Amino acid sequence: MKSAVITFPGSNCDRDMDVALKKFGFKNKMVWHQDIELPKSDLVVLPGGFSYGDYLRCGSMASKSKIMQSVINFANSGGMVMGICNGFQILVETGLVPGVLLRNKYLEFICKNVFVKINNKNNGYFKNISNEVLELHIAHNEGNYFCTNDQLKEIEDNTQVAINYCDPEGKIEEPFNPNGSIKNIAGIFNKEKNVLGMMPHPERMIDHSLSGEDGSHFFKNLINNLK
Amino acid sequence: MKISVIITLKKDVLDPQGKVIHQALDGMGFDDVNEVRQGKYFEIDTKETDPKKAKNKVEEMCKKLLANLVIENYKIIDA
Amino acid sequence: MIVNEKIAIDHGLKKDEYKKICALLKRTPNITELGIFSAMWNEHCSYKSSRLHLKKLPTKGKQVIQGPGENAGVVDIGDNDAIVFKIESHNHPSFIEPYQGAATGVGGIMRDVFTMGARPIANLNSIHFGSTQHKKTKNLLRGVVHGIGGYGNCMGVPTIAGQTSFDSSYNGNILVNAMTLGLVKKDKIFYSKAAGLNKPVIYVGSKTGRDGIHGASMASASFDDKIEEKKPTVQVGDPFTEKLLLEACLELMAGDSIIAIQDMGAAGLTSSSIEMASKGNLGIEINLNNVPCRETKMTPYEIMLSESQERMLIVLENGKEEQAKKIFDKWNLDFAVIGKTTKSKKIELYFDSEKVADIPVNTLVENSPMYDRKWKKAKLPKKNKINKDEINILKIIEILKKILANPNVCSKEWIWQQYDHTVMGDTIQKPGGDSGVVRVHGTNKAVAASVDSSAVYCWAHPLTGGKQVVCESFRNLISVGAKPIAITNCLNFGSPENEENMGEFVECVQGIGEASSYLKFPVVSGNVSFYNQTKDQGIKPTPSIGGVGLIKDYNKMITMDFKEVDNVVLVIGKTEGHIDQSLFARVILDEKNGPPPEINLFNEKNNGETLLKLIDNNLIKSAHDISLGGIITAVSKMCLKGNKGINLKKPKYLISEIEYFFGEDQGRYIVEISKKDQKKVLDTLDKNAVHYDELGTINENMLFLDEKTKVTIDELKGFNTRWLKEYMSN
Repeated sequence: MKSAVITFPGSNCDRDMDVALKKFGFKNKMVWHQDIELPKSDLVVLPGGFSYGDYLRCGSMASKSKIMQSVINFANSGGMVMGICNGFQILVETGLVPGVLLRNKYLEFICKNVFVKINNKNNGYFKNISNEVLELHIAHNEGNYFCTNDQLKEIEDNTQVAINYCDPEGKIEEPFNPNGSIKNIAGIFNKEKNVLGMMPHPERMIDHSLSGEDGSHFFKNLINNLK
Repeated sequence: MKISVIITLKKDVLDPQGKVIHQALDGMGFDDVNEVRQGKYFEIDTKETDPKKAKNKVEEMCKKLLANLVIENYKIIDA
Repeated sequence: MIVNEKIAIDHGLKKDEYKKICALLKRTPNITELGIFSAMWNEHCSYKSSRLHLKKLPTKGKQVIQGPGENAGVVDIGDNDAIVFKIESHNHPSFIEPYQGAATGVGGIMRDVFTMGARPIANLNSIHFGSTQHKKTKNLLRGVVHGIGGYGNCMGVPTIAGQTSFDSSYNGNILVNAMTLGLVKKDKIFYSKAAGLNKPVIYVGSKTGRDGIHGASMASASFDDKIEEKKPTVQVGDPFTEKLLLEACLELMAGDSIIAIQDMGAAGLTSSSIEMASKGNLGIEINLNNVPCRETKMTPYEIMLSESQERMLIVLENGKEEQAKKIFDKWNLDFAVIGKTTKSKKIELYFDSEKVADIPVNTLVENSPMYDRKWKKAKLPKKNKINKDEINILKIIEILKKILANPNVCSKEWIWQQYDHTVMGDTIQKPGGDSGVVRVHGTNKAVAASVDSSAVYCWAHPLTGGKQVVCESFRNLISVGAKPIAITNCLNFGSPENEENMGEFVECVQGIGEASSYLKFPVVSGNVSFYNQTKDQGIKPTPSIGGVGLIKDYNKMITMDFKEVDNVVLVIGKTEGHIDQSLFARVILDEKNGPPPEINLFNEKNNGETLLKLIDNNLIKSAHDISLGGIITAVSKMCLKGNKGINLKKPKYLISEIEYFFGEDQGRYIVEISKKDQKKVLDTLDKNAVHYDELGTINENMLFLDEKTKVTIDELKGFNTRWLKEYMSN
């Protein structure tokens, strides 16, 4: 399976994502933001970091970079596009997924492990995964998911919510919401479910020496789904 | 009454955000921009009805909280 | 402007120094030249009060590739890998503008490390604030933490460990010390020594603005009531540009076009160009009209003294300019050829076709002043007579709760959760343990690092305190299973012109030297920060020691959380019950006098090395060094981390329970072992003549001494974790 990770100026999880994708069998290529065309890929990843220093609005300037037109075309033709953390913020700015990401409710950067419940398995990302709940890692300042009530209704009607913050047993309640996101939303799809944006970093949870291994389940399942 | 305040970085202080926004605009084809400086805008609705007093109070707010006088200037705009 | 003595004094120079400048130049300097002298000759750049004493520190060792004198120290960790590291202070700027001060401190130290060709792999920090009751403390703490996070997080370098303390001596002068570790291939290390004639001198990075003009002089001036007036010299950090600069520099370094490279830190273009010329025994000629400027009408004086961040100076091989420029264009950074190396051994500056400065390099460096300041030797304070009847009626659990909730002991999660500590995917021990640990990417090796200081011990007796900090660093590395390699020190003191403060400096340095020499734990880099004082009152002497160690196989790394019920817990090292200067004495007895605990370097080394052997033989399940708050505080933290309890045994000694549990004797660790290994472990300890006590066995969830003295771990956890969060949310 082929993947591509886009490097924007200020991306800093691009290498981590490259390491993770390769570990689970992807042939990964790094793509520079000023390139015009994507290499032939089964999966395109917008990695975490601080593209353009998070200046103006997180993800705003990266969403206008040259490569993004190809990424948008790829997504619109059904290609799998995944945005993690800053990548999610970029996806939101392109309009590929609905909503916005505001500053965390307590106005502080948060770096810690969280649990998320998988809300929808009927898609290329979570199909066949045996876990109901994953322990993943978050590290962000602007992960507070927000959308209008009308948007929320539409998102829910189309089962676009991918994952919600929860407790280890999968209970989705306010105390387990680290950043103030509406309905504890940690990740969402586009309508067609080929584009996924999420705040947690599965690539930081890929071996037992790190914070945990649930990222491994995610990637193993993902490559199997793509085969 | 309503009073507005604009906070900007002092002239000689580096504005990293403005600089990068400028570069991004340039990259998008807006290539005749000389400089971009970013600031903050506040609207303060106060119970005070005397414009002079209100302005003084807002000035105090600027000095004590709204602006970081080490690096920022403020400008009060009448409603 | 015609320079005279008054202007020189306004620049922070002393009368004699000004006379010396005129004599060296055989004329009166112009204003640009005076600015350059004042920047190079101030305490921050010239180390004029400290040089004499720093020379005595041990700086060599089998693994040392580069000691002090370069941008950072370098140590060998095998397989052609090397670690570049240094700690630096940014105290004064952080007090004036905590966010930007701390942020640019972190940015500066990272630049020191990647200037040498190393990719930063970990950040640490040591931050010290005034009393928690002081009105400024909360805002300063919040600003500093946001600043450190703002810069480090954006750079994508994990912040893996740190230290935070509160003491009223920092009320008017906080300390912000930042440390960075970088990884480099041994044969790809870059230095600042220029070589060759007529080589192009290149300026890269951000443009030069009027930021922080005379910042280096500010760092050498003490705070007084007029502090507000010094505000315009604050620099603003731009971590995004630094991230680009890092990637661009590493890309250029992959080739072979760089002869020398130096970051522009304190005193900007002045110190960087002079440093390169001085090390290469060359001259440098610069056309200041070619320096990229952010503001219009900047004068030569301003250009030379600006402390704008995120800039580098490079001496390039001839003919490589185009190739290098392409890289910096790709990363959207300024690139300009501003001058060349010359044989004149002078620094020659031109502006609008006029020569605006002409100074022999040696007058700025070798001929800079060096002082043998007067200093006062500290006496070892007399031991306090402790009324045993009085302390024996105190309730251990109540004291323990107070100590666990003490600002200097409580959990600092509120702080380190705001730092990205997992980016780069190699952090295998996060903040909150004895040391932070990161893997050497793609290998089985890991590097451990910690940062320590013990201002109270140093204040009570500087010589002992100096030794103690080095020993504590040694222990913190060993506790995670790392073999200590070398240290970097950040020496924060009051005024060198005050005999007592100078004495504290001299004796702390002596103590650091003795301990690091005995432990074969050399000093490879560091920085001195004097004039940390408000009015005439100096801070408590606060040398911060950053230690680095190697774990050859990261699967053998040790953490401090208790692992398994029924495992046996030992105290390694002898407990004498030293109460003076302990947290117990200060917090519970309100007693501030007396000597700090003694340091026995033989035991320190022997205990540590024996424990490393046990770890290497997979006999240790968890370990933690004993420091503030003594045995019971250390063991409680192991319980909290592992969600386990312990059945404590009463001491066999004659000393009272209180002294046993709260005494702060040095050279001790708590370790967890399994019952089946007990004989092997005790044999090894006996064979190596290491003293040990059996402290107890692990249980489910209770700290238990007897029916009257017990508490659940959950309750203790509340005391330990609540304080800081509540303090910051009020």
